[in-house]
Amino acid sequence: MATEYFNEMYEGGAVRAPYARLEDWMQSMPAELRQMKQAEAEDLFRRIGITFAVYGEGGDPDRLIPFDMFPRVFAQDEWRKLERGIKQRARALNAFLVDVYGRGEIVKAGKIPSRLVYRNEAYEKAVSGFVPPRGVFSHIVGIDIVRTGPGDFFVLEDNCRTPSGVSYMLENREIMMRMFPALFQNNRIEPVDNYSDLLRRTLASVAPAKCDRDPTIVILTPGHFNSAYYEHSFLADLMGVELVEGADLFVENGFVWMRTTEGPKKVDVIYRRIDDSYLDPLCFRPDSMLGVPGLMDVYRSGGVTICSAPGAGVADDKAVYTFVPDMVRFYLGEEPILKNVPTWQCGKEDDLKYVQANLKELVVKEVHGSGGYGMLVGPKSTPEQIAYFADRIAKDPDNYIAQPTLALSTVPTFVEEGVAPRHVDLRPYCLVGERIELVPGGLTRVALKDGSLVVNSSQGGGVKDTWVLAE
Amino acid sequence: MLSRTADNLFWIARYMERAETMARLLEVGARIALLPSAGHGYRSEWDSLLQASGTAAGFAKKYGDPVQRNIESYLFFDHDNSSSVAYCISRARENARIVRTALTTQVWDALNTAFQEMRQLERTPRSQLELSRLTEWTMRHAAMVRGAIDATLLRNDGWDFLGLGYKLERADNTSRLMDVKYYVLLPRADYVGSGLDNYQWTTLLRAMSSHRAFHWAYGGDITAGKIAHFLILNPQCPRSLITSIEGATGHLDRLAKAYHTTTEAQSRSRALLGELSEMTVDDIFEEGLHEYLSRFIGDVGEVSQLVGDIYLSGIAR
Repeated sequence: MATEYFNEMYEGGAVRAPYARLEDWMQSMPAELRQMKQAEAEDLFRRIGITFAVYGEGGDPDRLIPFDMFPRVFAQDEWRKLERGIKQRARALNAFLVDVYGRGEIVKAGKIPSRLVYRNEAYEKAVSGFVPPRGVFSHIVGIDIVRTGPGDFFVLEDNCRTPSGVSYMLENREIMMRMFPALFQNNRIEPVDNYSDLLRRTLASVAPAKCDRDPTIVILTPGHFNSAYYEHSFLADLMGVELVEGADLFVENGFVWMRTTEGPKKVDVIYRRIDDSYLDPLCFRPDSMLGVPGLMDVYRSGGVTICSAPGAGVADDKAVYTFVPDMVRFYLGEEPILKNVPTWQCGKEDDLKYVQANLKELVVKEVHGSGGYGMLVGPKSTPEQIAYFADRIAKDPDNYIAQPTLALSTVPTFVEEGVAPRHVDLRPYCLVGERIELVPGGLTRVALKDGSLVVNSSQGGGVKDTWVLAE
Repeated sequence: MLSRTADNLFWIARYMERAETMARLLEVGARIALLPSAGHGYRSEWDSLLQASGTAAGFAKKYGDPVQRNIESYLFFDHDNSSSVAYCISRARENARIVRTALTTQVWDALNTAFQEMRQLERTPRSQLELSRLTEWTMRHAAMVRGAIDATLLRNDGWDFLGLGYKLERADNTSRLMDVKYYVLLPRADYVGSGLDNYQWTTLLRAMSSHRAFHWAYGGDITAGKIAHFLILNPQCPRSLITSIEGATGHLDRLAKAYHTTTEAQSRSRALLGELSEMTVDDIFEEGLHEYLSRFIGDVGEVSQLVGDIYLSGIAR
């Protein structure tokens, strides 16, 4: 393919300003030193225990997610624009959630089809009519962003439930600072390590009405076999809160309690890292062993806050995604700062025709898929793979959307032969509570395979430290 | 603290202590196997050691005859053996992974490093692994974990649950090793006081890295009475029953104080300590060493059970 990709470091043979001081650093690292440093970084990660297990792939559950030492850099003005766009989007998504579990004005106004909302699998009838504290459903909004040019940013998808990966943002920075202190002296880099304080404050700010003291916050994990368990325990540790499993909690007298060595202790805010359907076997899946029987009753009576709120998933569905710019206009009366990627809904007849005729050029995704599974990248696929997808789309068009193959920007990355451009995306973590907060940084994922556009760690992606330069 | 967290901490300690005991046993077995036996060939205490570790039945089922190499595999590497060093270390590390938040980086690092190195050992061809290297390796890592706990961990309730795990497991291991000595190492009662008897007592002391300490403390010949005193009643011996129970009682007292409530576990442990403090070797032999040890193992089990009910399960109270 002759597509010209935007290289974030070099433009027309010259080094772009944010990367100015990285050129020397890169040149000053001969291959041996680089390999030594890389081994050191891997050792640090392994010793800290930061690992990412991939479902269904078997093999080593303690597999490391590859870390690339070459940082990704944003200038202050680039970041300001992104920040405004991200916060705007997080506000609109929350306004949408309050609306669709309330009066449904946006549906009545005809801005979004009723069926996409109310017949969505992620729409929880159980919380219809309920407004969570401060009107926040999604307290941590992870917005996946790609870049195609100096000022061109597109939102790839929204994650309103429990976006993961923030531990990598924090650990990548720790490790870079430990290994290359000089880099941080030569570049003025905005810190990200106040994330956990902000997260704690955000969670405390949405304590339920019935809580009349300093709220007790817990993180609810499916358990240590979960692939993101490291992150759950890491965040609990940074915030100084208990990491609980469903069996550690129980409901009594209209409140949620945790079992401690000193007897039961009341819990006010639950940052859950399990899906809605597992939260409460009495309300959702009766076979769930991960949840807490009776939890939803307490939630609906204002005895406990659940973050993200049950039902938040209806806002980050890939079919609803198309309408987020409309949400921004409808609720905030503003023009969206961040663009959406043009998206074809295979469920619409005209769109389906277009998708079927242009599969070779498009990226096709399952509406409910995640992690880079169930995805076709047309230009990078064999005729067999394309035929296979064409068949699947024809059988269940509603389940697929298609987007143009974006020319994802590249950032120099250490590879075996030296340094080479590799495609990246960005996931910042926006916190929504009493205030809306965004730490200057995020998780940059990088497709380590030459030419690959898939950055998911389950598909051979790695991570980079993400810098925002101070003014 | 979450009850489950306390439970995980308790088991980290128990598994690490058990791994260490297993390594000590292996070392003793290997040492004996280097000595010529009375008639021809070499002496073998492997069978007795399997008995001592409570793994004889499992081993026989899997391997049959006690061949040294197989015993090494079974006691060190075998994940089917819930007392093997590899199993204990991976369980300890798994428990630690669950409660990362309750540990310092140094403690986690010590446990995780042991686990990662163990996995490398498991991939190394056995011909390159000397047994002495494996046992030293285990004791070194057990010591590093204990050292990290001692040097870096906050003296809060979590530290007490770790301490309880170590002390109760140690009380159990020491009493079992002694009990086995009497019932398995000595084929017949009239061996008591014979040369064989003394040699085996020495072996037992070695298993607890205590034979030099013993000589410093007592001097002269090794006798059953001195050994029983050393391993049961001497508060100077780091692995004696009284030292272990004293430690456990101290942790239970601290917990009761921190939580502002006395417990049955505490009073049972105190009673046990009181008995040990007033006891003489003659009392023990009068009751019968085996009878006494069986009773003691039962008592320790009961304290563990109470700790479980009161603190670790979150059901009681």
